[in-house]
Amino acid sequence: MTPQTEAELAEMIASATGPLRVHGGGTRPIGGPVEGAVLETGGMRGIHLYEPGALTLVAGAGTPLSEVEAALDAEGQRLPFEPMDHRALLGTTGTPTVGGMAAANVSGSRRIQVGACRDFMLGVRFVDGMGRVLKNGGRVMKNVTGYDLVKLMAGSFGTLGVLSEVSFKVLPKPETSAVIQIGGLSDARAVEAMAAALGSPFDVTGAAHMPKGQGGVPITMIRIEGFEKSVTYRAEQLKSRLSIFGEIAVETQAEKVAADWQWLRDVEAFADQPGDVWRISVKPSDGPRVGAALQAEQMLYDWGGGLIWALVAPGRDIRPAMAGIGGHATLVRADEATRATIPAFQPEPAPVAALSRGVRAKFDPRGILNPGLMG
Amino acid sequence: MQMPEPNAKILALKPVLVKRLLQVLPAVAVIHEEAETRAYECDALTAYRCPPLVAVLPANTNEVSAVLSICHELGVPVVPRGSGTSLAGGALPTADCVILGVSRMNEVLETDYDNRFIKVQSGRTNLSVTGAVEEEDFFYAPDPSSQLACAIAGNVAMNSGGAHCLKYGVTTNNLMGVTMVLMDGAVVELGGAHLDAGGIDLLGVICGSEGQLGVVTEATLRILHKPEGARPVLMGFDSNEVAGECVSEIIQAGLLPVAIEFMDRPCIRATEAFAGAGYPDCEALLIVEVEGSEGEIEEQLEKILAIARSHNPVELRESTSAEESARIWLGRKSAFGAMGQINDYMCLDGTIPVNQLPYVLRRIGEMSKQYGLGVGNVFHAGDGNMHPLILFDANKPGDLELCERFGADILKLCVEVGGCLTGEHGVGIEKRDLMVDQFDPDDLDIQMAVKDAFDPAWLLNPAKVFPLAASERRRIAAE
Repeated sequence: MTPQTEAELAEMIASATGPLRVHGGGTRPIGGPVEGAVLETGGMRGIHLYEPGALTLVAGAGTPLSEVEAALDAEGQRLPFEPMDHRALLGTTGTPTVGGMAAANVSGSRRIQVGACRDFMLGVRFVDGMGRVLKNGGRVMKNVTGYDLVKLMAGSFGTLGVLSEVSFKVLPKPETSAVIQIGGLSDARAVEAMAAALGSPFDVTGAAHMPKGQGGVPITMIRIEGFEKSVTYRAEQLKSRLSIFGEIAVETQAEKVAADWQWLRDVEAFADQPGDVWRISVKPSDGPRVGAALQAEQMLYDWGGGLIWALVAPGRDIRPAMAGIGGHATLVRADEATRATIPAFQPEPAPVAALSRGVRAKFDPRGILNPGLMG
Repeated sequence: MQMPEPNAKILALKPVLVKRLLQVLPAVAVIHEEAETRAYECDALTAYRCPPLVAVLPANTNEVSAVLSICHELGVPVVPRGSGTSLAGGALPTADCVILGVSRMNEVLETDYDNRFIKVQSGRTNLSVTGAVEEEDFFYAPDPSSQLACAIAGNVAMNSGGAHCLKYGVTTNNLMGVTMVLMDGAVVELGGAHLDAGGIDLLGVICGSEGQLGVVTEATLRILHKPEGARPVLMGFDSNEVAGECVSEIIQAGLLPVAIEFMDRPCIRATEAFAGAGYPDCEALLIVEVEGSEGEIEEQLEKILAIARSHNPVELRESTSAEESARIWLGRKSAFGAMGQINDYMCLDGTIPVNQLPYVLRRIGEMSKQYGLGVGNVFHAGDGNMHPLILFDANKPGDLELCERFGADILKLCVEVGGCLTGEHGVGIEKRDLMVDQFDPDDLDIQMAVKDAFDPAWLLNPAKVFPLAASERRRIAAE
């Protein structure tokens, strides 16, 4: 099924007699396996509105992300939350869509400074499990009119409704960027260095640590962005503030910074390596504890230590090892058999799970939208 | 503004209710004498008043849970209250409700600079959150005008904004977690010191739910290091259009000021008479503030001033000292007080797409003549969040109703041009009946269905947000 319009989408869902598997670009097969008729969103595409002076863009859910990014680029703007591209990591080949990104609340390294995809979603249009066309939010930056269902739709992986249109707040692209690099730090020391940078007034937009960087040597990276003079100034300030942690190098060539950071953000280091991939969100200072508890094949810390990517042996459930550490772990890459046995999303405490179930039952009373994907 | 008739059965329960509440709370925390409940009869929307049946002031999550369990069992509606600064009537009681005030819950529970968060009890005031971390040069970003008095509980309920959210976002963008008590007394934890939700984002829908889904007792908030410095620049223009274009160009030039504030002539004149900040007498005035080190501030201001100059400003005032900066802000910060000096006023809060500013301001001017009521406009121009202040005389019969009709027309205009009814104050009772102008019945139904999931008996702040007719079936069924 490939609806070309929102009305067709509503009709198809209303008349569905069995489960539906919602399919955007097919680049992020995350979650429990879903049986059902495939519902493609790719027909509902196109940028419906773009006002650079108002920092607002509205697009059909099936619009390829590349189309949106090109339009923004032409005006010197961007999606500030830096959505990661999962294709290399997950070995997928499709074209990421606006709706898929929103439904998975995909953010990148800049999440720690500007916020997540959900923070830049101003409004949604979607069709619920009964085939009703619904809207929430809008296209203005400040809006508290009624409940914020936009946040609920972000990261609900198509289980509450199928997005037909999303509006975003966008931001200007900075003039340039630089990365401060420190080599040879332990995980714990790296998290301390990143905390020092993030707790400074110097507007850090990325803080990541690779225990095994190029050549197997640990590398810690702090990114800053902005106008040229400002970046130069802040790089100097950070350099002196972080000098207690070790030898510091500064990469100021913007293209190199962009390419390196994309490689890191997209976790390409795990791309061609066998094993399951987990994505873990914790309090940043708990990052090294997670690292020590997991003893993973390979790790990558983003968000100053708060986001951990772990490559582990196939079929291993890491959650028991994380007991006592707050936060949540998502199984992002594994074969279907593993995804059928280990819940991809963190099981919730009973009262929270009851609320989630209650909300889901209101949006999709027949349980036909991506059943089983989120558990 | 209509409120449901109080339920006689509940009114008759008062002695039982008070007795039960006194079993779980100290006597000072249960306010039930009529002379005393009057203190809770309204919030900052003072045109509407009604003393509650009882007001309670629990001291912690357990006490909140005990109160809610009792009210749930007896079927008594509960209206949560932060500091009572809502301009939308979010904390307006009904005669048959219990007001649950969080004002005694104001402790800092945890401060963590390495992980950049603070955990507080929800009754703590907005400004005192920053106060708790100031010593280390940190701050909590959302800064509603009422920040001296307003509580975090209310900020979370209304998803409050402020002047600086162009750069730092509103409450929802700075809220990491909550401890919340559901109507049946169950305590849930959502979010925490980590980022994002592991499942569906319930925290996201709690923020801005106007106390209808649960009572937030503790909140984990993101804190940031203060910028090295900040400096405003003031610009005057001879038309709203030109000022609007200037705002648009600043944003498009890749600059991201922390604040862009806009005042129109009626507002400039009123504040000048009141505060004497030395503002130019012109059609439109902008205050643009940037942050950073000395060099960074200069670099940004240079670009901003170049844009301003290309629009032939009638005045361009750079600050060279802290005193001058304070003077530039003085008029803006006293704008509401100044307008209140002239008259009673009603403060609206609609948001519009930024490029619609000139059109909307022109239309408001025309409507002002039609209704015969003055309007001053002062607002956050960077994000299109308007604050038209309609002047009226509360002692003149019919003037409040006229003012409300005028206000409703302005808000409908905001929706018509692609905006919304409220940008940061919330719906409460004030904009409740206008929700049908922004939403279709199904859009409202799915929102009310979320409340069904959290509060099936519709006991929490039941007569707010949704038009009474739209919520009637649910409220009656729950009785």
